Amino acid sequence: MSTKSKSIETKTDFNQDERLKKVSKLRLLLNRPELGALGGAILVFIFFGIVAGDTGMFSAYGVLNFLDVSANLGIIAIAAAMLMIGGEFDLSIGSMIGFAGICIAIPAIYWGWPLWMSIIFAFSMAVLVGYFNGILVVRTGLPSFIVTLAMLFILRGATLAITRLITGRTQVPGLRVLIEDDPLAWIFATDTFKWVFTWLGSMNLIALRTDGTPLATGIPPSVIWFIALAIITTWILMKTRYGNWIFASGGDKNGANNVGVPVGRVKISLFIGTAVAATIFATIQVLDAGSADTMRGTLKELEAIAAAVVGGCLLTGGYGSAIGAAFGALIFGTVSMGIFYTDVDTDWFKVFLGAMMLIAVIFNNYIRRKVTESK
Amino acid sequence: MSDYLVQFNNISKFFGKVIALKDVTMKLKKGEIMCLLGDNGAGKSTLIKTLAGVYRPDEGEIIVEGKKTIFDSPKDALDMGIATVYQDLALVSLMSVTRNFFMGREPMKGPPFFKTFDIEKANKIAAERMGQIGIDVRDPSQAVGTMSGGERQCLAISRAIYFGAKVLVLDEPTSALGVHQASVVLKYIVKAASQGLAVILITHNVHHAYPVGNSFTVLNRGKSLGTYEKKDISREKLLSMMAGGEELNKLEVELREMNRSPTN
Repeated sequence: MSTKSKSIETKTDFNQDERLKKVSKLRLLLNRPELGALGGAILVFIFFGIVAGDTGMFSAYGVLNFLDVSANLGIIAIAAAMLMIGGEFDLSIGSMIGFAGICIAIPAIYWGWPLWMSIIFAFSMAVLVGYFNGILVVRTGLPSFIVTLAMLFILRGATLAITRLITGRTQVPGLRVLIEDDPLAWIFATDTFKWVFTWLGSMNLIALRTDGTPLATGIPPSVIWFIALAIITTWILMKTRYGNWIFASGGDKNGANNVGVPVGRVKISLFIGTAVAATIFATIQVLDAGSADTMRGTLKELEAIAAAVVGGCLLTGGYGSAIGAAFGALIFGTVSMGIFYTDVDTDWFKVFLGAMMLIAVIFNNYIRRKVTESK
Repeated sequence: MSDYLVQFNNISKFFGKVIALKDVTMKLKKGEIMCLLGDNGAGKSTLIKTLAGVYRPDEGEIIVEGKKTIFDSPKDALDMGIATVYQDLALVSLMSVTRNFFMGREPMKGPPFFKTFDIEKANKIAAERMGQIGIDVRDPSQAVGTMSGGERQCLAISRAIYFGAKVLVLDEPTSALGVHQASVVLKYIVKAASQGLAVILITHNVHHAYPVGNSFTVLNRGKSLGTYEKKDISREKLLSMMAGGEELNKLEVELREMNRSPTN
């Protein structure tokens, strides 16, 4: 079932229009939305390979470090990208992260719930928040930018107010002891492939601590979630009916509706997706830090959107890719950590982030013109 | 009498005090192309939406294949085989030909719960269908945005036919097209009709309608000015029956006046 032979077959069936140029493989590749982000990621690695190649950046510990940061951002960036392809924004992702953290911590610490129940509670709240965002946007027809901006303030404010009301503070520590033996928490808190690192350590291939255990103990859960989400969402977009509906809903809402795509339901589900992704992010971070902070996730929504845009998503919807957003997150994560290994002051990271996004938007705009260009 | 595929009898539609449509009757046989002519504001849009099931007529009856029916929603009309291709075509220019062709009705494969969009099959059908109407889509995964206006129109019509349309309602299919593109689309419409479809072609362009139509209904200010077989009416008569025709005659007179009286 090779698609290649098939496309050649079909080509010979038709009389070729003499005005058409042959489309090269390269041009086909250039039409993929994630190309820019892939190229950017390669450039970033080459850059740090030259500038910071002899530092610890590319040791096992260093790599896991920047992968962890990339993966955390990537989890929400992928969801943000899916929503952007569906034609909407979610500015409440960052606030949802803070809110979800509190939804786990307060029941677990103050109400004596088992940790797994708190986690399920947080995810249920995420579904509710996402559904509320979605139904509001779909029903009112208001721009999601405004609706979710309101939600940004509401959620952050509610997180602060509720936490201070119940605990008298803005942080809730003491979760670490609850993780062990919890039937659910391990999904968000376990380093995997430990044996690989133990083995690598025993072969003296990676750096060891003074007690002989490797410095890098295993793949952090964020990275596993990130990779799994990237694969699943890419599969959804490319291979499922729902994926086609996402593109259609974002590309032309009315057109999609006219041919029977349930645009409203698609959009609501994507809003639930971003809220749930924010909660995955929050759960991983809360369990890793052992505490929840009401300010956690501040400005993350903008980083997620930036990564999605660098990954090839158009701000107008209908175009983009999940794997592109994953590369976008990888670029940001690598640079934000890599900058420590160079002589450059870390203050410059934000400058880089902004410049990168600007270049990406200009590039995307050009690509869109190419794609929709009439012959 | 029921050799008609579809009949719209004495359709009226009111919006408050406004009479948008009054006693419009249209009957179509298989393979027939009826052109609905009317200037802007004649009630074409209201009639289209009534045919498509968006509006429910306030008076009159709709008879499809001999059975009296009521359309409660566009889906009802579609299920009865009445497919409407609107001016915006319901195509997404950023999406591929295939993804557009099967938008909302994707062919699936695989076991239950793990069904996936059968993109190979979809590509094949889309390329085949487009090939049949003489449009070489090189690569069905190319974006619709790269196609010409005529090709897009044909894609939208072809999609409607593939998904079981018996009656095609086409809303101004040639209005945005150049002469060559328009003729390609008109040719395709004739071909579709010759395969047994009934076509309602809505347009304000008599020059596009006259060569392809079997019968003509002229709409003016919500009322039908009658339906004429092609042999019974000339192009010029049709033109003058539309409100635009009178206007054009007036304009001609005025221009003549202007030419006679020398001005700077």
